[in-house]
Amino acid sequence: MLDKLLVTFLTKSKKHKHPLKYVGANLFAPVLAACILFSNNAFASPEIQHWKTQNGAAVYFVPSNDLPMVDVRIVFDAGSARDTENKKALSGTALMTNGLLAEGAAGDNAQRLAEKFEAVGAAFGNGALKDMAWLSVRSLRDDKYLQPALINLKNILSFPDFNESAFKRELERLKISVKAGKQSPGNIASLRFFKELYGSHPYAQPSSGTEESLQQLKLKHLKTFYKKYYVANNAVIAIVGQLTTDEAKKVAADLVADLSAGEHAKPLPAVKALTEAKTIHIDFPSRQSTVLMGQVGMARGDADYYALYLANHAFGGSGFGSRLMEEVREKRGLAYSTYSYFSLMRAAGPFQIGLKTRNDQLDEALKIIREELNKYITNGPHKDELQDSLKNITGGFPLRIDSNKKIAEYLSVIGFYNLPLDYLDAFVGQVNAQTKVKVDDALKRRMHADKMLTVIVGSKG
Amino acid sequence: MKLKRIGAAIALSGLLMGMAACQTNPVNKSAAPNSEFKTRVSQSGVHSFTLSNGMKVLIKPDHRSPVVVSQVWYKVGGSYEYAGVTGVSHALEHMMFKGTKNLKAGEFSDIIAANGGSENAFTGKDYTAYFQRIASDRLELCLRNEADRMRNLQLNEAEFKKEIEVIKEERRSRTDDNPTSLTYERFNAAAFINSSYQQPIIGWMEDLDSMQLSDLSAWYQTWYAPNNATLVVAGDVDVQQVKAWAEKYFGVFKPSKIIPPKPRREVPQMGERRITVKVPAKVPYLLMGYKVPVLKTLINDEKNIDDIYALEVLAGVLDGGQSSRLTKTLVREKEIASSAGAGYDPYARQQTLFLFDGSPRDGHSVKELESAIKKQITEIQNTAPSTAELDRVKAQVMASSVYEKDSVFYQAMQLGTLETVGVGWQKKDEYLKKIQQVTPQEVQAVAKKYLIDDSLTVAILDPQPINANSPRASRTAGGRHAR
Repeated sequence: MLDKLLVTFLTKSKKHKHPLKYVGANLFAPVLAACILFSNNAFASPEIQHWKTQNGAAVYFVPSNDLPMVDVRIVFDAGSARDTENKKALSGTALMTNGLLAEGAAGDNAQRLAEKFEAVGAAFGNGALKDMAWLSVRSLRDDKYLQPALINLKNILSFPDFNESAFKRELERLKISVKAGKQSPGNIASLRFFKELYGSHPYAQPSSGTEESLQQLKLKHLKTFYKKYYVANNAVIAIVGQLTTDEAKKVAADLVADLSAGEHAKPLPAVKALTEAKTIHIDFPSRQSTVLMGQVGMARGDADYYALYLANHAFGGSGFGSRLMEEVREKRGLAYSTYSYFSLMRAAGPFQIGLKTRNDQLDEALKIIREELNKYITNGPHKDELQDSLKNITGGFPLRIDSNKKIAEYLSVIGFYNLPLDYLDAFVGQVNAQTKVKVDDALKRRMHADKMLTVIVGSKG
Repeated sequence: MKLKRIGAAIALSGLLMGMAACQTNPVNKSAAPNSEFKTRVSQSGVHSFTLSNGMKVLIKPDHRSPVVVSQVWYKVGGSYEYAGVTGVSHALEHMMFKGTKNLKAGEFSDIIAANGGSENAFTGKDYTAYFQRIASDRLELCLRNEADRMRNLQLNEAEFKKEIEVIKEERRSRTDDNPTSLTYERFNAAAFINSSYQQPIIGWMEDLDSMQLSDLSAWYQTWYAPNNATLVVAGDVDVQQVKAWAEKYFGVFKPSKIIPPKPRREVPQMGERRITVKVPAKVPYLLMGYKVPVLKTLINDEKNIDDIYALEVLAGVLDGGQSSRLTKTLVREKEIASSAGAGYDPYARQQTLFLFDGSPRDGHSVKELESAIKKQITEIQNTAPSTAELDRVKAQVMASSVYEKDSVFYQAMQLGTLETVGVGWQKKDEYLKKIQQVTPQEVQAVAKKYLIDDSLTVAILDPQPINANSPRASRTAGGRHAR
């Protein structure tokens, strides 16, 4: 929550970077990855306009006239889940490909591309996670700012240079980032968790690559990857801002006009659940032990989604007031933060519980979360817990879509995962249709306390 | 894929130097009752007034969505603390959720959750603030309960015993187990000689170990009063209705006598200060900071106050985007740094630091990185930046002034910060104009004036091997701390 407050009065169109003064109450952050979208009958969601460009890109548009600005976000099914589709899996390919786009395009070097955005006050962003790779621009609406920003975005997207020296430089920087990850217990735990949970599935690989994979990565891998995945049929465009439908149509068509139609990425392989419990303890000289516990969860569009979403909200998804927070922090003072969430992904994402506690309290904390999880799966939420969660989800719906930025993010999710256009409006109804019987049943069928993966990073001392 | 660490530069601070709003002015009964509450509306659409007990109220209507943000800001934070009780502001912030005469521990949070809202609080160097985000038709219950805990908090020993352990866990995860945070904490402690900005907001571990409920209770009595607070409401609200509720719930409290903290103005630094932090880690990290003024410290210095805006633009020229100098030169051209940045925050109560940070690429040392950063500084001191560079910075500032309206929370944060550090929220309205007026020569001039070796502090994270038997130093922290 507070991690979102970029309180800088400075100019920064990029995120500013002192790890320092910044800090946020990150308690709720994990929840965001997982859940999205609720609805409240009393509050209408924005009406989403949807069409396809001539060459196949799916467009989602919400006009918003209050502010003289426009957000454009283009998302490709080109995350690190696609890294392993080459004969030889080289993790880091998706991230490097996405990163290299803005390092030189259409005859402009990285410096010139950045200057072109910044001269018109446009904020450019890009990135790649396991499922998605994206580029985005936020610009003032006035054409003298907007048009140069859009042309620059189009060039970056359509005519990247894939210059060898930029590749080497960015690869070196990525290697340092991977190395820095090894001084963070949370990062070490997370990488290991995915590796153990997903085995031979592409989700097992870290998006940032490994020291080994980056050693072998070549520019040609990026070019091949780009050609295959940065194509219109594999793209979703989200637009929010002060545009008419015709203007938005032109923006979308122009943006992808020089991309080949190509094909949508293939379905990802199915995920196999663990067949038995597994606990891994990595010795690390930290004051706290970081615990991640979980199992394979669900994919977007899962039939049990609403029941399990609601179940998790009460268990560890709602921050203060959740079962985990109550037992671990409020009753015993064992941790600053504890949470659980389902990551909803193209293939089944993980269900994960997390906490950090002083090394000598590890056993006690583990015992509590295991007991609570067991109880919860066996008995389900109390009636009043369920009621509280329903009230929070229903009443909180307007907060989910109270800015252009949030709406643009939701549009890309709806488009990327092929969710129905009325997904937002239907959400509250769907959640409200859940009953204790349904929730209990879903928990029993889907959650397996006896087959949990537990990864611990900390000093065994 | 830019390898920027995520974060927002904001050191927030603020002193309440004899602000009228902070005095315990008795109400002038002879005035027409309404004149006490005359609302002023600024060009940016902010309505402001002061309750008769001295509490400031700022309202920013924004009807784009049926939501509202409510924040109460207190003029107290890490920099108000003295040796031995560091972290008490933040600890009290945690305990503000633990019940009042009218509500049980956690009950306020439960009420907000049941109404679909979210809530939290945060403590900075110069403020402590509490907030709710909620559907706009539920604002009243936020105000009623926020007012309740301003005066009716019940500090409970059993709750405190647990909560102080939670806070220590927070410290361990934010600072002790994070090599760069740890370096920043030590850096601050070394950079400031007598200023309270040397103290970590979360508190030194030993101070947390010895903290007593009575420390919190004294702190609450001293600082939590309507005349030491600002209510900021932004969102889909009716101004008259908010005024009526503010009077109803907060207006009933008597003001307290607030004695401003001792000045503790930083003494002049007489030469470079330098430290090394040796902890298990993988990647070296460099921090450099030059002592600089902030808006507050120059507020009555008409001759020099525009230095503040020139420093802002200087930070923009150095690090205001991917085209700015540090990234261009150190990351892309010379390939010395894997990342390099600069930052300045003019919204603090006391003199602060103009910061540089970065990590070297493999094959380069921290020393080389430091020299390269200094070379960038020398260059700007010798030659004024180009107009094109300045124009890019100004274009970004101008655009940001529109983008920031997309977030009601952010707008409320700005108002609360400015008011609480003691410069007044109205400064927000001047900002854009002031930035547009900065010239290349003024940027060069402030670089010469302030980025001088004798006021520099350098901290270097010197990574030690990571093995299970190399415990990290135990006492540390930094940043803004939320509940």
